Amino acid sequence: MIKVKINGQEQSWDGDPDLPLLWFLRDEAGLTGTKFGCGQALCGACTVIVDKEAVRSCITSVNDVAGREITTIEGLHPTGDHPVQKAWRQVNVPQCGFCQAGQIMQAAALLMDNPKPSHEQIREAMSGNICRCGCYQRIENAVHLASTGV
Amino acid sequence: MNFIDNPGKLRGFEKNIKVEKVSRRSILKGLGVTGGFVLAAPVMSRQAFAYETGAGKMPHGVVVDPRVFVAVAPDGVVTIIAHRSEMGTGVRTSLPLIVAEEMEADWSRVKVQQAHGDEVKFGNQDTDGSRSTRHYLMPMRQIGASARTMLEQAAAKRWGVPATEVKAVNHEVVHGASGRKFGFGELAADAAKESVPSIEGLKLKDPKDFHYLTKGKIGIVDLHDITTGKAGYGADVRLPGMKYAVIARPPVTGGKLVSFDPDGALKVSGVEKVMQVRGWPWPSKFQPLGGVAVIARNTGAAIKGRDALKLVWDDGPNGKYDSVAYRKELEEASRKPGLVVRKEGDADAALKSADKVIVGEYYLPHLAHVSMEPPVAVADVKGDKAEIWAPVQSPGGTREDVAKTLGIPEQNVTVNVTLLGGGFGRKSKCDFALEAALLSKELGAPVKVQWTREDDVHHDFLHTVSVERIEAGLDKNGKVIAWRHRSVAPSIASTFAAGTVHQAAFELGMGLVDMPFEIANISCENPEAAAHTRIGWFRSVSNIPRAFAVQSMVGEIAHATGRDQKETLLALIGSPRIVKPEVKDLWNYGEPYDSYPIDTARLRKMVELVAEKGEWGRQVPKGHGLGIAVHRSFVSYIATIVEVAVDDKGKLTVPRVDTAIDCGTYVNPERIESQIEGAAIMGLSLAKYGELTFKDGKVEQKNFDDFQVIRMDESPLITNVYIVAPGPDTPPSGVGEPGVPPFAPALMNAIFAATGKRIRALPIGKQLEA
Repeated sequence: MIKVKINGQEQSWDGDPDLPLLWFLRDEAGLTGTKFGCGQALCGACTVIVDKEAVRSCITSVNDVAGREITTIEGLHPTGDHPVQKAWRQVNVPQCGFCQAGQIMQAAALLMDNPKPSHEQIREAMSGNICRCGCYQRIENAVHLASTGV
Repeated sequence: MNFIDNPGKLRGFEKNIKVEKVSRRSILKGLGVTGGFVLAAPVMSRQAFAYETGAGKMPHGVVVDPRVFVAVAPDGVVTIIAHRSEMGTGVRTSLPLIVAEEMEADWSRVKVQQAHGDEVKFGNQDTDGSRSTRHYLMPMRQIGASARTMLEQAAAKRWGVPATEVKAVNHEVVHGASGRKFGFGELAADAAKESVPSIEGLKLKDPKDFHYLTKGKIGIVDLHDITTGKAGYGADVRLPGMKYAVIARPPVTGGKLVSFDPDGALKVSGVEKVMQVRGWPWPSKFQPLGGVAVIARNTGAAIKGRDALKLVWDDGPNGKYDSVAYRKELEEASRKPGLVVRKEGDADAALKSADKVIVGEYYLPHLAHVSMEPPVAVADVKGDKAEIWAPVQSPGGTREDVAKTLGIPEQNVTVNVTLLGGGFGRKSKCDFALEAALLSKELGAPVKVQWTREDDVHHDFLHTVSVERIEAGLDKNGKVIAWRHRSVAPSIASTFAAGTVHQAAFELGMGLVDMPFEIANISCENPEAAAHTRIGWFRSVSNIPRAFAVQSMVGEIAHATGRDQKETLLALIGSPRIVKPEVKDLWNYGEPYDSYPIDTARLRKMVELVAEKGEWGRQVPKGHGLGIAVHRSFVSYIATIVEVAVDDKGKLTVPRVDTAIDCGTYVNPERIESQIEGAAIMGLSLAKYGELTFKDGKVEQKNFDDFQVIRMDESPLITNVYIVAPGPDTPPSGVGEPGVPPFAPALMNAIFAATGKRIRALPIGKQLEA
């Protein structure tokens, strides 16, 4: 039995310990905010925060995060008003929106590590997250806005 | 079999050739909002627009009926139906916003409800072809105006005053003389008893009184849900007892399963069952490819199980498809005469007598859509009833196809439309929903079919592969006197009908025969090309290779004559006029030519506007270059300037992009900007990396590592968008797609300016590396 804490709640799993965390979150725990985009850590749609680090949940097994604290988009802020979320809305970032949970989690992790990133640092840190609609200019602006106060 | 001979099978861009009798239900149901008003509907509504559109010719046409689209609850909440699919364009917000505007509804008290797939009730729902605003701006205004008029009439009766003395203002109806007011909710029941005004008699709002339309101040309705993970995409549907499935499909289009061994898969923890999925012989429109499904308690187990399957395939007739060899075939075909699809003057003679002939042969490979949400669908089939939840651009078509595939009546199929995690044309084809329906029927349980990214890359309905060969003949003054353009590419029609070798009218009309230049001798030809995989429409379709070729050729002519790109472009466009190409059955994006002609004044204006705003001719640093391109598509006009920087190692960056768009009358400029910003990224992706190749009939790429798209660190630093204020009666035109085509040629022209290298085959790949 593997125990993990997701958004503050204890959860347990007694199935395949190698099950990717992504599918545990989505199909077993019912937390569908975290998205499947590639399954190979190439697109960042599945990004969650483990302890204080952005992690691709599609290549991270449930076993890998045993005993650790996982934050998904659903748990980022109780009312959805994390500065990054607010900035995203202010800048009208999303088009289809599918990648945005991963983008937001990546941005939130970046700001935990570096509260005032330069534009260069934002572009570098966010480059593992693909947006096929092409919202990059707005994502960059929203991260910058979140870092300077929404 | 010929494509045009068999139009009844087709939906999509080709729909202009499908003109069917529109039948409507005489009794239309309301939205089921308790206590809501139910408006008596006009049984048949004819277009009474200031302009005509092709909306009425789409399957099931247009329904202008407030009772179908609007409900007012006693608490004043106004529910408005969104009947088109949301894939990122903002349409789920824009169309209801139009209704709210005309109704004088307060947007904060409006609830948007997604329509299920029912074209008899809602009218055509195919969300593709950049058509939603173009076809529905006026119908939505009329629906809103009808509802407003009925609320006003109800209030006037209660007060015993003439209807002319009352006015709906911000969710209330007011009597100016007495200052009395009723909220919309208070009037709901009475308004329901009012007769629906005739469309002809409706009074539409004066645009100067708009609160929302053209202002761009309203965020999309799903904004909060998207940023909090609550937004519901196809992949997010969960039903009690639902099983998770992934499918191993034939690696070659047209291939078949010979045998399979399920043992390995069945040993995987969480796997419950392995079963064969019915496939249809190629070409089969959107029918499933067939294969073997692994059913599990979660998607991860199903994927692991599939990896453990032993499968033997027969590759079938396309087992030798090879992109390197096929490109040579296309190139050779382009060097010989083909079916003439537009002829003016005598291009052959003019090319022979020309002082100089410039030849450009432009290659653009297959492209995959790779929307961020791979195809996915949930189905629950019970007896002769089916319910589907899926991210589909074609809710009505999906309903038809599910019914046909299961052999049940269409009215027994419910298609629930989720949000789409991107579409770009891929999700107009509902094969994934059909797979889910087949599996659910056999399992007797709800099932979710999830495509992996590899499935998506391997089994897409790909953008075609093409060679566009242009020969331009110049006289001794450098004036272009002859233009011969041969376009060779497998047609989308090949997905519907075996033996298709020519492109369909709707493909020829995307930048080939509608070429707007003022040249005396023109020949457009379409040599034969057979398909060896599933070809489908990809955002902006044939316009991508055509604009790439035509606008690159403009750059080549500019260089050959020592003239400025922009001046060369304007000279080729020629005088402001309505172009009347000599083409049999010119396809005009399904629109009547009178409302939407090829207007070179508008085309010229885009070139001039983008040149002014984008500071054409500005000094750029060494290693930088500017390129320009203009293209009309989806009846919109759009011009782009790209500034590129190429360093001494051949590394390419894009410091700035400027784009001007004339899309006629518009709804939400903020979403137009976002579409154009995104189109630049998609244009850069396809120019820099876009290439899907085949060897031994199989796609060679798998995922985002070998089918790359642009990431943030290589996206343009600045993207400026200029939207032209429309004339008073300019009909609305497309936005979702037109931004893509001009980007690649503007970039190629910029690269030439920066480096002197002319790139004629995409993607750029390593061509700039020394």
